[in-house]
Amino acid sequence: MESTLSIQNLVIKFKLRGQTLTAIRDISLDLYKGESLAIVGESGSGKSVLVKSIMGLLDKNGYIDSGKILYNGHDLAKFKTEKDWLKIRGKQIAMVTQDPMTSLNPLKTVGKQIEESVVLHQNLKGKEAYEKTLQLLRDVGIHEVERRYKQYPHEFSGGMRQRIVIAIAVACNPDVLICDEPTTALDVTIQAQILQLLTNLQQKYGLSTIYITHDLGVVAKVADRIAVMYAGDIIEVGKTDEVFFNAKHPYTWALISSLPQLGEKGEELYSIKGTPPNLFKEIKGDAFAPRNQYALKIDFVERPPFFKVSDTHFARTWLLDLKAPKVEPPKVLQAFFEEGRRYANE
Amino acid sequence: MSNPRKEKLIEVKNIDIIFGSGKKQFKAVDDVSFDIYKGETFGLVGESGSGKTTIGRAIMRINPVSNGEILFHGQKINGRIPKAWDKEITQKIQMIFQDPGASLNERAKVDYIISEGLISNKRFKSEEERMQKVKDALLEVGLLPEFASRFPHEFSGGQRQRIGIARSLVMEPEFIVADEPISALDVSIRAQVLNLLSNLQEQKNLTYLFIAHDLSIVRFITDRTAVIYKGKIVELGETEKLFNNPLHPYTKALMAAVPEPNPYKERQKTLQVYDPTQHRYEEDPPEFVEIEAGHFVLANKEEQLTYRQQIEKRGSLV
Repeated sequence: MESTLSIQNLVIKFKLRGQTLTAIRDISLDLYKGESLAIVGESGSGKSVLVKSIMGLLDKNGYIDSGKILYNGHDLAKFKTEKDWLKIRGKQIAMVTQDPMTSLNPLKTVGKQIEESVVLHQNLKGKEAYEKTLQLLRDVGIHEVERRYKQYPHEFSGGMRQRIVIAIAVACNPDVLICDEPTTALDVTIQAQILQLLTNLQQKYGLSTIYITHDLGVVAKVADRIAVMYAGDIIEVGKTDEVFFNAKHPYTWALISSLPQLGEKGEELYSIKGTPPNLFKEIKGDAFAPRNQYALKIDFVERPPFFKVSDTHFARTWLLDLKAPKVEPPKVLQAFFEEGRRYANE
Repeated sequence: MSNPRKEKLIEVKNIDIIFGSGKKQFKAVDDVSFDIYKGETFGLVGESGSGKTTIGRAIMRINPVSNGEILFHGQKINGRIPKAWDKEITQKIQMIFQDPGASLNERAKVDYIISEGLISNKRFKSEEERMQKVKDALLEVGLLPEFASRFPHEFSGGQRQRIGIARSLVMEPEFIVADEPISALDVSIRAQVLNLLSNLQEQKNLTYLFIAHDLSIVRFITDRTAVIYKGKIVELGETEKLFNNPLHPYTKALMAAVPEPNPYKERQKTLQVYDPTQHRYEEDPPEFVEIEAGHFVLANKEEQLTYRQQIEKRGSLV
């Protein structure tokens, strides 16, 4: 498969009060053309830092220590000036952020805000730009576009505002669309509509999308592939059904097991003990090892390589080593995997 | 189950909550009634703006009720009430807020945050007793007593929510309104806090009103659930029954919209949108009726007939 964006051995560090924090620890990841890839992880796992580095939006104290971000013949990791980034950001790689309340300008009509991006990136002017803006509004499912064009963000509901943000993002015909928790601030019914819209637009414009989320339900709906992140590292990557129903890394197991859907009413819900590691300290071995009941001795010493599960599925856990003892996933998960296999056969 | 022998802890009777006045009047809650039994977890779900939080706040007596009444242990708690009773319910009804980042005073130490209710309600005789109470509350929510001397920013989101829980526990409440207590938390932390809430409920025989928009969590934790749409309860019943056999079209759309962690199921799903104009309510207005034991739905005569048929059909299948 052809990859649109290729991240190679990326290391990102932050300087904070004289200390150095490693937020991304040697990550390699490809985004294939036309696919939708979900990056799953808890807060602090580095998923937002990763996509911010792709957009050139890292905070001032953050920097790329080593590695490459290859896109269209450019190495984005080498970009220094704002001028470099402006060729890529918005035009070719666009982003939909979490909170539609804060990502729109409250003092400008939504029409003007979309048109701004049309004029800037597509060299359209006057009537043409206006027509294009109305078209975009229709594309994102807004009715009475002429009237809505003249309204301000506060006159829209949360879901409608998120549609406007999406319209601005696709206004420049980007190649890659990054959706950072696009529906976290929305209600379930609205969430379903926005996800449907994003899926439709992806097909219509041939976008490659990256979703960042911690909601596995959303992932199940939209993603072709999943990358699971923990403490700045990708610990498992594979096709959506592979990661859901044939998960190999104990952290992925823990993440799925703690879903309330898998819980038995009236009994304790599975929860991961302990807290994520301190990123200021150097992490040895598998970062999840201290919280992992299946951890082997080697997990505390050496970082596991990616073991191949299938052509598309890889996991960083020593449990997959030939010499490792055979470990069964937790009971709740076995039933869940079983159900998945039943669906797969149908 | 609408077991008449079960003790009703909270009774909400035909309440309206109106904001603004004159032409700008807005009815946020419209003729809502429900009971909460002692020891249960009652869920209130609906989209933002549906009035679920407003109802919770009305029970907390933060929002005044325009019509109707709210009873606690059979005694009225809204409107004008005797001072002693006011003090008693301030102690017995507590709240846990959504965002543990915003709901804790960032300039106060944990010690003060937890004891604020004790101080304003004069619920301790000596400084030692107060400190002991704070210490106990912290231990109960799985935090260390040393944390009392720290500030909220020194804690993670999950720990902060535990402080929020400790703050309400220290008052020794009977009833807790939990307004989206875990929606701001991470998946793995959510499970910890949910378990904590259930354990506390068992130990202290607490009753919860659990307000949430995440239906998978509501299904896991609640005994009965009410679905609210634009200020009206459209359906109410035992949680499992409601999730397995929703009757009202809005409940159906809501259940269908919840993403499940199963990519095969999700890909086959089609989007269901609730169209409120589908009801023909002009000549045949809807009422909130008990369609089967313990299962209430908002429907007009015609719809009631259809729902009854659906229930019968289902019954004959079993």
